[in-house]
Amino acid sequence: MSAGAPPPPTPSTSSATTSPQIGADEWVRRAGERLVDRTPQLVLLLVFVVLVALIPVITSNEYIVRVATDTMLYVLLATGLNVAVGWAGLLDLGYIAFYGFAAYLFAELSSGHYGIHWATWITVPLVVVGTIMLGFVLALPSRRVSGDYLAIVTLFFGQIFVTLTTQGYRWDWFGFGGVHDITGGPTGLTQVDPFRVFGHQLTQARDYLWVALAGFAVIAIGLSAANHSRTGRAWRALRDDPLAAEVMGIPVNRLMMFAVAAGAGVAGFAGAVNGAYYQGVFPTSFAFPTLITVYAMVILGGAGSLPGVVLGAIVVNVLLEVLRTPEHARWVFYVAVLAGLIAKVRPWRMLGAVLGGLVAFGLVVNAIVGAVWPRGTAGPLYAGGADFTTHGWFATAVRHWLVLPKNTYELPNYTIGNYAFVILIALVLTLTVVRGWKRYVLLVPTLWLAAFVWENRLVEEAPTTRPLFLGVILIVLMATRPQGLLGTPRVEVV
Amino acid sequence: MTGVLAFTLYDWHYFFAQLVAGLTLGSLYALLALGYTMVYGILKLLNFAHGDVYMVGAYIGYFVLTALGGALSPVIPVVPLILLMFMAAMTGCAVLGVVIERFAYRPLRRAPRIAPLISALGVSFFIQQSAVLLWGAIPRSYNTFSLHNGVLFTYVTIGNLRLQYAQILVILSAIALMASLTLFVWRTTTGKAMRATSFDPEAASMMGIDIDRVISVTFLIGSALAGAAGVMTGLIYQNVQPYMGFGAGLKAFTAAVVGGIGNIGGAMLGGMLIGVAESLTIGYLSSTFQDLIVFTVLIVFMLFRPTGLRGTPVLQKV
Repeated sequence: MSAGAPPPPTPSTSSATTSPQIGADEWVRRAGERLVDRTPQLVLLLVFVVLVALIPVITSNEYIVRVATDTMLYVLLATGLNVAVGWAGLLDLGYIAFYGFAAYLFAELSSGHYGIHWATWITVPLVVVGTIMLGFVLALPSRRVSGDYLAIVTLFFGQIFVTLTTQGYRWDWFGFGGVHDITGGPTGLTQVDPFRVFGHQLTQARDYLWVALAGFAVIAIGLSAANHSRTGRAWRALRDDPLAAEVMGIPVNRLMMFAVAAGAGVAGFAGAVNGAYYQGVFPTSFAFPTLITVYAMVILGGAGSLPGVVLGAIVVNVLLEVLRTPEHARWVFYVAVLAGLIAKVRPWRMLGAVLGGLVAFGLVVNAIVGAVWPRGTAGPLYAGGADFTTHGWFATAVRHWLVLPKNTYELPNYTIGNYAFVILIALVLTLTVVRGWKRYVLLVPTLWLAAFVWENRLVEEAPTTRPLFLGVILIVLMATRPQGLLGTPRVEVV
Repeated sequence: MTGVLAFTLYDWHYFFAQLVAGLTLGSLYALLALGYTMVYGILKLLNFAHGDVYMVGAYIGYFVLTALGGALSPVIPVVPLILLMFMAAMTGCAVLGVVIERFAYRPLRRAPRIAPLISALGVSFFIQQSAVLLWGAIPRSYNTFSLHNGVLFTYVTIGNLRLQYAQILVILSAIALMASLTLFVWRTTTGKAMRATSFDPEAASMMGIDIDRVISVTFLIGSALAGAAGVMTGLIYQNVQPYMGFGAGLKAFTAAVVGGIGNIGGAMLGGMLIGVAESLTIGYLSSTFQDLIVFTVLIVFMLFRPTGLRGTPVLQKV
């Protein structure tokens, strides 16, 4: 399924015995096998759809259903971006603007802003088609300028879109006309109509979960079919070597435009759902941070692999959601560090040594700091602004192991945390350079410092910590595992 | 608005003020564009993080200024103070640039083209958010209006044209930096190695040129120039904030493209052009939608002349 998938297994003995057919090459002869190859994907899709569709049935927790719906929107976005980035290898940086364009178009056509309230069955197809057209127009420059310039042109478009949405409430025709309020400005457009399907107003989160899910199922099947068709193969050829693809007679420009437009279409559907689901559109939802979020999803899951990007979207969005609540975030942090250690440190003796060293290091530092500077260990363990100190054995253990300075006016602990953050970055970078036993020795203070920065600085500042993690995901994955979780490693032919 | 347009179009003082403001802005863009164009010329990498290096430079300048007593009561005279700010920012940014290259881009030297681009996006976002974490999202002000009774913003009159000291300072130091860069690239051995690497990395390495070292030097110089641009921004426009690098970087990269990517003279020209165009747009058309106009013009420009003003058409080799 994923791009550049390994060749199907060698023909079985039965096919070896049949005499070779004239005029039918390996590829044609195996058409039947490839159909079979595809079924597991369909099964996967079916399982996914059933599981997600059951979420609102299983739980009546509105929060979980809302998170699931948000995640579904991101799944749609990641699926669309995967077409351009994963399959065709184009860096489409205007992707979020397509999403925003669709959401705004839907809102303009079904809200009180212009007093237009068109029916859902008209607006949604209109929005999707409009976004696809926009995708084509934006991909036009790729006919003239190739590669990185497409990234720049799409990035410009993203910036233009942000300017338009935040400043569009005082659109003045550059002095040649009256002032118009087109986009509602920084506060966006509110009171957007929800979807109306067969006379029913869709007002609940679970309705939109199902709508998004149904849309995803159709889109996934369609895109999967496209990816297995001649177009899909041409996209991969184009991604792996545009020049060779062109020489082979593949219409490179047209395929680039197709890829960008197909992605835009998916974003268009997601945008329409977004507008109706939140019953409002806001410029901040469609800016650079959202773009980075979707990129992190696609890269983490594995660009080019449809199940991969779905997984990536789920993992990243759930992770970001968990980071909002310090109590949950704290558990995730320690469990992730531990899991990372267990996965990466070999042999077991070394793992034990590192863990033991980590505990000992923390206790010693805590004792020294406590003796020299008592206030340094007197601080509370925070959780969402509330004192977490008395909450169980875990908090007690952390307080005796870490250094938690008491916050004072002269020395706020974020100052210490800032220095620690910079030192932590330096230590992590050093870790990537040193080899052998030095690395293990260095690992201990690094991990301890990471916990220090985490407790003193990051855990409380979710709005900054969340995007910070996205940046880290992109950098670390590119350096260690560019194919992501489920992608196929690619070999650049020079 | 139309009336204003007709009135001011023929007012040469107004035009000249816009032009000088544009050249000042253009100097900043040109300095930034040099970093983009040099890196692109050698690595064929669109270094998204460059704008954020510039932002860090602006912050370093701010912290040096604050450490030396702030603009209201500096403990040392103005000239060494500003020199010190420039030197600290340039050094700090040079180190940052080399570190970014060493750890984020060098491991990806042999990866597919899209990998370092995505890594660059990640680095850019990481630096931005680290700045929010470390220094807060609220803008900090250089407050140079108070520096030595606002000496930077007093006017000099040449004939009947008026210029601010700060504008002269920025334009002249940008020209000095660009001149020394040109000398460096064309007159030194390292400069020669840079040109050779940019022309053909493989052949250059066969000739005994240490490509990694050349790339490090490129990042060092480019980032130092970005640091200088950061301090200049603070001196003239006062406010520094974590997100300032994104928009400025975008326009500076465009300047590099307009001038012909990979071409050092082109980057300077492109920077000045974009600066003047933006300033005139603000002055005559719209101060709200200047980005929209500038970017639209650029998209159209790139459609019709993708190689830029001074670029040569790229011959793709197999």
